[in-house]
This record gives sequence, structure tokens and C-alpha cells, in this order.
Amino acid sequence: MEAAILNFFQWFWNLFGLWDAIWSWFQPLWPLVWALLRIVAILVPLILGIAWLPYFERKVIAYMHVRIGPNRVGPAGFLQPIADGLKLLFKEIIVPAKANKRLYLLGPILAIAPALVAWAVVPFAEGFVLADIDAGMLFILATTSIGIYGIIVSGWASNSKYPFLGAMRASAQMISYEIAMGMALITVLMVSNSLNLSDIVRAQEEGRFARMGLDFLSWNFLPLLPMFLVYFISGVAETNRAPFDVVEGESEIVAGHMIEYSGMAFALFFLAEYGNMILVSFLASIFFLGGWLSPVGFLPDGHLWLAAKVSFLLFCFLWFRATFPRYRYDQIMRLGWKVFVPLAFVWILVVGLWMMSPFNIWQ
Amino acid sequence: MEFTTFVFYVLGAILLFAALATITARNPVHAALFLVLAFFSAAGLWLLLQAEFLAIVLIMVYVGAVMVLFLFVVMMLDIDIARLRHRFWSYLPLGGMIGLLMVAEMALVLSGKYFSAEALPGQAMPEGYSNTKELGRLLFTEYVYPFELASVILLVGIIAAIMLTLRSRKDTKYPRVSEQLAVRRDERVRLVKMAAEKEAPAEESQPGGQ
Repeated sequence: MEAAILNFFQWFWNLFGLWDAIWSWFQPLWPLVWALLRIVAILVPLILGIAWLPYFERKVIAYMHVRIGPNRVGPAGFLQPIADGLKLLFKEIIVPAKANKRLYLLGPILAIAPALVAWAVVPFAEGFVLADIDAGMLFILATTSIGIYGIIVSGWASNSKYPFLGAMRASAQMISYEIAMGMALITVLMVSNSLNLSDIVRAQEEGRFARMGLDFLSWNFLPLLPMFLVYFISGVAETNRAPFDVVEGESEIVAGHMIEYSGMAFALFFLAEYGNMILVSFLASIFFLGGWLSPVGFLPDGHLWLAAKVSFLLFCFLWFRATFPRYRYDQIMRLGWKVFVPLAFVWILVVGLWMMSPFNIWQ
Repeated sequence: MEFTTFVFYVLGAILLFAALATITARNPVHAALFLVLAFFSAAGLWLLLQAEFLAIVLIMVYVGAVMVLFLFVVMMLDIDIARLRHRFWSYLPLGGMIGLLMVAEMALVLSGKYFSAEALPGQAMPEGYSNTKELGRLLFTEYVYPFELASVILLVGIIAAIMLTLRSRKDTKYPRVSEQLAVRRDERVRLVKMAAEKEAPAEESQPGGQ
């Protein structure tokens, strides 16, 4: 890939006979440029995905409600995100008089930055990853745990009641579910014997069922089924999506931490939320659904499989929102601390004993 | 100057600035956020030392959990800055002495033979060396007893913290979740059969009256 792009540049500049002159001063900069190119190649599709996910959300929920949904801008309303984006761009960003101005403007940035940073270690196909680091899973846990600062800082800096209540709810909820999430991932780490996300996918390629050609039965979701559910439900809670959206519960605290924000500052929270949804879907696919692996032996692996799994999980996010009523706050806390955390502890023990027993299926 | 040296100085400068700002910031929330910045820079320095596990865990534990709770508490407090500054000068000599003592202790430790640059292992690590794996192996083989002891102490700490803050009042109402889950429709809903329309009371209306 890298060589092909370099060859293209060489061919292009050789048309003018300038390649040697350019390369002599450009060579030390090339690693930087190459890294930037790869970052852009990840972020541009991601931002487009974030822009159109709300459109699909509105469409999916509309059809579940037997409505039509957005249908004015473009064919079947397909250009709605562009109209929404333009509208938000042209709106004024209002800073409340009593707000702490610097932190108020820092809040949305703190929300979106971790949501984008985590993509550095996400593998899209064999070898297609920005940073193939050994501590990838730790990196993911660390970056997703700082996303909460955006909510807390913006909630506090707004200097108003509802945002502050939203920030309080957010800090309690997200910390609780982070624990369950981390515990669920410990079982994945145990069975795949690695923290590297690519290695975790490769570990799901092997097993008794994979040798029979039924690869999808040897993915992590089957032996770790409770942990898959814990991870995905915690992911829904971690992204503050319905039915766990008490952080911004429109009917109680009228959008919580983002109530004072307008224009692009508000849009950044929106982008962060949808970016986190896509991230959680990617991670659940990589950790439990075999990443880019094909479900059956006779079909080739590839990034399209990952896209299909991610699309299904994203659809689940929208489905939950259309189906479930919002949890009460004490029920959310109970689910996190009294159900998921003990369940994860027990399952770590079970997996440990399983791996030591003669029935170990991961060797 | 090598590039890593440059990065070291940049991170070091940010770290020192953030640490200073933590103790000089007037607003406690700002101070806590500067402490977060200090943790980030420290994690960057550890990454330069190729201690990626420690660096990421520093961010995960301190930035992701401890400081969030810290902020949570600081934001809820109504801190009166004038009262905090009260008798600042009378406390300064004591505080300064403790600070000097800490500097002296750290100087003693850092100038000792175990922490000098020569005592550190060479930077060259074999191919495929995983910091995380090595740390785990050491913790669960050579240092397994201290490790288990530390975890037991932590567990005691958790239980003690809960016991200290647990105040049960007699008039507190708790939902009984098992009862709530076991509830049947008949206990909550009563279906009443009634006619869709009420029959209008018979009036003695006289056609064409008025």
C-alpha cells in the first residue's frame, strides 16, 4: 500500500522530471505524511458514517412507528444530513453569561477527541490498522474512559441546573458500566491470550468448529455469550443511548449536559455520541463476532464482513431505542453493579477453570 | 537533539506547568483538570521509557476513574476561597518544611545506586517484547505473595470504606426488586366492564319546545 502510493507520486512527479529534487527534502517528512494520510483515510469515512447514522436512525424508527421519516431533502430524504449540518454550521454558538467560558468551549472538544482517538488501534481487515500496538485493548479502555470528561466539564461549565444534573448522572453511570465493560473484556483477553486487537480476531479463526468449516461457531460470542451481552448492553449504557439515556433524558432534564449548547458546539456532542456508537459496534464485532472473518469456511475473509456485523449491531442500537422504555435511574445502577459486575466476576472464574480443565476449546 | 529528547522536554515542560497550575489555580475544578493534564503528560513520559502498560493504566485508572470521581466531588462542594486562603501565611512555614523534606527524600532515593541511569537496563529490547506480558509474568510468579497481599489490603479498604459510609435509617424506603419483578397483571390492573355510552337521563323534552 505504502509502496504503491510512493510509486504513484514518483510516476506523477517524474512526468515533470522533478521527483529526485522533491524526494531529497521530502523523504524525512514522509513517515509523518503517510501517518496523516492513513488518519484521513480512517476519519473521512467515519465522519460520513456519523453524518448518515442519524438519518438511518430517523428512518428506521419512523418505519417502526409506521411513519415515513425524513423525506424532503433529496430522494427519500437522503440528503437530510447535509441540510442538518449546514443549519448547525450557520447557527450562532451562544455562551451563557454566567458560564465558565473556557471550560464551556473545551467541553465539546473533550467529548469528540477521545471518540476519534480510539480508532487508532481498530483493525479493519488483516493488516489494515493505523497503530498495531500490543496493548490495543488497554488503549481502547483508556480512551473510552476519558470521553466522560466532555460531559462532566460541559455540564459544570454551563453553570445551570439541568446540565449539572446531567453531568452528575453521567459520571455515576459511565463509571459503573466501564467496570462491567472492562471485566467482560478480561474474559476475551483470557481466551485470546493477547491485548492486540488483530491477534484477538486471529484467535477466533481457530477451533474445532473452524476446522469443520463453521467458523462462526468458534467466534468468541458463543463460549462467552453472557459476556457478549454484558459488553454490548454496557456499550449502550456507556454511549448514553436509549434505554439508558437518563444523562440527557429529554423528558426529565431536557437534554442534560448539552442543553445550553447551540450550533456546532452542540453538533460536536452529537458527533461524539454517534461516533461512540459506531466504535462500540466495531469493538463488539472485533472482540466477539470475529472481526473481518467470514462466518463459513468457503467464503473469503474481508472488511465487508466487518461492515456487515457492525451494521447489524448499529441497527440493534436503533432498534433498542424504538422498542424499550427508559430505565429508571436506580434500575440502571442496579443492573450495572448488582447484575453485570458479579456476572462478569463469576464468568472470569468460569473461563479460568474452563481453560485449566481438559475441556479447553481454545488450545 | 534527537526527536525523542525534544518530545521529552515538551512533555516535561507541560507536566511542570500543569503541576504548578494545579496548586496555584484559584478554582478547584480548574485545579483538578490541570491535574488531569499532569497525568497525561506523565503518561507520555512513561511511553517514552517504553513502559506502555504503566502509561495506559495511569490514564485508565487515574484519569478515567479516580479524577472523574474527584471532579464529581469537587463540583458538588461549595468551596469558599476566602476561607481557604485564611491563615495561609501562618501555615506556609510548616508546609514549606514538609515540601523541603519531600524534596530531600526524593533526592536521596534518586541519587541511590538503584535509580541511577547506569542501573537501568539498556533500551534495546528483543523483537516481540511485550511490556504487559513481562509485567504480568513477574507479578504472578516472583511477586505473587506481595501481589495477593496488596489485593487483600485493597479489599479490606473497599469494605471499610463501605462500612464507614453505610448509614441505614429506619425510614428509608427501598424497592424490593424481586417483588417488583414477580408482579402479575391482576395485581396492578383491574378491568371494569361498562357500557360504552351512558344512557341519557330521560328528559321530559317537548318537541318543538322553547
